[in-house]
Amino acid sequence: MRPLTPKRLFVISAALTGILLLVAVFSLKFGTRSISLVELFRILRDTAMGRSDQIDSDFRLIIFGIRLPRIVLAMIVGAALSVAGASFQALLRNPLADPYVLGVSSGAALGAILSLIVAARSPGATPFAAFVGAAAASAIVYFLGRRGGSLDSFALLLGGVVTASFLSAVIMFLMTTISGRDLRGMAFWLMGDLTTSSPIPLRWLLLVLVITIGVIYTTAADLNLLLSGEQEAMHLGVDVARVKLVVFLGASVLTGLAVSVSGAIGYVGLLVPHVMRLFFGSDYRVLIPATALGGAIAIVIADTLARTIVAPTELPVGAMTAMVGAPIFILLLRRRLS
Amino acid sequence: MTVQDQTPAQAPAAAPAAPLTRPGPVRISVDLASYAYEPEDGAAPLFTLEATSFEVCQRELVAILGPNGSGKSTLLKLISGTLKPLSGRVQLEGLEVSRLDARTRAQRIAVVQQETSLLFPIRVWEYVQQGRHPHNRGLRFESKEDGEIAGHALAEAGAEHLRDRWMHRISGGEKQRVILARALTQQPLLLLLDEPTLHLDIAAQVDLLRRLRRLAAASMYAVVVVTHELNLAAEFADRIVLLDRGKTLRVGTPAEVYQQDLLQQVFGTLLHVDLNRRGVPKVVFSGKEA
Repeated sequence: MRPLTPKRLFVISAALTGILLLVAVFSLKFGTRSISLVELFRILRDTAMGRSDQIDSDFRLIIFGIRLPRIVLAMIVGAALSVAGASFQALLRNPLADPYVLGVSSGAALGAILSLIVAARSPGATPFAAFVGAAAASAIVYFLGRRGGSLDSFALLLGGVVTASFLSAVIMFLMTTISGRDLRGMAFWLMGDLTTSSPIPLRWLLLVLVITIGVIYTTAADLNLLLSGEQEAMHLGVDVARVKLVVFLGASVLTGLAVSVSGAIGYVGLLVPHVMRLFFGSDYRVLIPATALGGAIAIVIADTLARTIVAPTELPVGAMTAMVGAPIFILLLRRRLS
Repeated sequence: MTVQDQTPAQAPAAAPAAPLTRPGPVRISVDLASYAYEPEDGAAPLFTLEATSFEVCQRELVAILGPNGSGKSTLLKLISGTLKPLSGRVQLEGLEVSRLDARTRAQRIAVVQQETSLLFPIRVWEYVQQGRHPHNRGLRFESKEDGEIAGHALAEAGAEHLRDRWMHRISGGEKQRVILARALTQQPLLLLLDEPTLHLDIAAQVDLLRRLRRLAAASMYAVVVVTHELNLAAEFADRIVLLDRGKTLRVGTPAEVYQQDLLQQVFGTLLHVDLNRRGVPKVVFSGKEA
């Protein structure tokens, strides 16, 4: 018998943080211009000791100007998507739920594409337009999902799927009628990609990420009970309506955040929670931190692969996660069925 | 002599009722409580339960009986506080149940539902520990004491040996014991069970009710069971609440309630009521057309 203790939670989180740092260091090393580990450690050491002026300016640009921001962005997006996925899975009581199931990503893509059409000259506006689109889609789904004064999982799922397919249809319409112009930019939003640096400062993204995950985390113990049904959760003292609202809003913010800066990167939000469950069980008190760190690890690895395997050409990271994710998903499914 | 040949049992007068444990103070009192679903288009309210009154004391096991659609589930929801009565009151030790917040209610009332469906696999002990949820706050890391309470509950429910098994790998009867263990882990004043014997074989049914009977007496719970099992209710319940089409027809000891004419009318089928040597009524389906 292994009950969850604060100590166990700490050990798991610390171990995953260690892996994440290790992965990040390797990701810093690989790229079009390879940097040896020795050089890399010297550079990191010099920076840590405040002697950054001694570093070769080329290296400084590559590491701190290009690779590190991208790695941090990848971590933020991975953590956001994975926690959103785990949250939607509990909220909708559906193991197949992912961050995009409720149409948040379609809303973001539509917002982004509209801004590319209307204000093609100001690319900085695109993430904001995407976030507005995500928020609008969430609001529509929220009203479709309300029944008798609180969110109904089934109505929510149905409303979400319908909203998603409607918005996708609008996107297809726009993409076919507005020929040529910025098709590549539009594909970016549909596929998911980390090449464009975020116009929003990373520290703001990080702040929103941490606060939102923290808010969702306060409901972790309640989510465990919600997994066995709303009636049962209520009989065990859970304020079901409040928990569902908090989790819906939190997961929508996380999805909107991720999609606005990176487009709809697939499979991470679906798969990472399931993989973490295999390792650490389905207790949300450990699953949420484990999923956040696991998602960050997954996307940093995927992005490193995406920019190195066919270098100097870069693959969109969304293509990478889908190519790796789909087989893993089938493996998990077969394992579950056997 | 066949069953049909016997004279119908004129139960109440003659029967020495089933041996009663001495009940304690009143735990739950249902006082003229009724419920109706909100009428649509200004139509007359559709009563699913008309004014009902009865009390359940500490150490008492009360069974709610009635055909499908008679209002049993509505009554159970009123007692558990899920529904607010349209009129009348449902009080737990003097407090209006529907006014308590979910957490306070869960500290006092444990509800055992027919089935539990789990989305992801969990172990039996994890499931049972969930019963401590209303007593803890924040992230609710289980203390040593919580572990002891859960262990004790597993023992009381006869499920100690299942502790490390997966919930989805145990049988229906075992699962019912585990669900009961979780309810006991809540350390409630009142145990409410909604058709707990459904899907159980006869041995498991008898075992469950015998256990509830013993728990009520030993641990001073008040127990309310909704069931279709007339004979098990007669054997193990102190009192019966008989419902039909939203009306409470009779409240009393099994011998008082189990009258052949009444049961035949309520369940709409030919039944024969007999008394065994201990004065406990037995209901037999009489098969032959009248």
